[in-house]
Amino acid sequence: MVASLDYYLILSAILFTLGVIGFLVRRNPLVMFMCIELMVNAASLAFVAFARYLSLIEGQVLVFFFMVIAAAEVVVGLAIIVTIFRSRTSINVDELNTLRG
Amino acid sequence: MEVAFFAAIGLIAILSSATMIVVRKPVHSALLLVVTLFCVAVLYLSLAGEFLAAVQVFVYAGAVMVLFLFVITLLNPSGEDPLAGSRRIAIVAVVAAGALLAVVVAGLTAGAVALGIPNYPPPPITWGDNIQAIGRSLFTDYLFLFEATSLLLLIALVGASALAKGQLGRMGRR
Repeated sequence: MVASLDYYLILSAILFTLGVIGFLVRRNPLVMFMCIELMVNAASLAFVAFARYLSLIEGQVLVFFFMVIAAAEVVVGLAIIVTIFRSRTSINVDELNTLRG
Repeated sequence: MEVAFFAAIGLIAILSSATMIVVRKPVHSALLLVVTLFCVAVLYLSLAGEFLAAVQVFVYAGAVMVLFLFVITLLNPSGEDPLAGSRRIAIVAVVAAGALLAVVVAGLTAGAVALGIPNYPPPPITWGDNIQAIGRSLFTDYLFLFEATSLLLLIALVGASALAKGQLGRMGRR
């Protein structure tokens, strides 16, 4: 059921671009974080497609590591977001322009 | 047949991620992201990545998105206009992202051509059983990376619990 390599690469690029647009346009840190996840997934899709077409398992192993790193990143990022939300009521990242607590 | 299958899954992925960007409520965004992640898992299956497809559903669509939904319900952020910032910035962002799309597509396809990767059909799978091959690679070639990953997870665990408890803030004031 595998399609041509170009199709996978184009789909991966489209998903990555949608993630970039969401990250730039949205001001809610949670939605911005979801857009980062979308970008990671798009890159992973390109990796797995190349792994299949080069017949190399290393591409899949690296995507496995991506998933571990993304999980760690989500844990720390959401903890930071929760801490920020606790100290102030705003959810707009444009108003979070100071590092003082 | 293959193209129709890929087009259906790819269209669902694109539509759900585009809708994820424009819906107002973060809960809806999270659920639409789950749809996209499932589509990516199906595409992994079509690319002979059975193990990754399973891990994608367990870890991403399962654990990570549950974490997102927990935070959303905990914080209960109100709906936000997707274009709350500035419409001009949004237009500039979309134009810049379109340029980025052209560059990424050109780079990926030209890279594939330059490396001599066949476009279609793919070469026969040489790694044999998928899970066996990943396990062998993980515990021989990438053993150090694997162990480093466990350290990374430990650091993330400690960091998240320290942040959630507010220990860092109190230590700073002392």
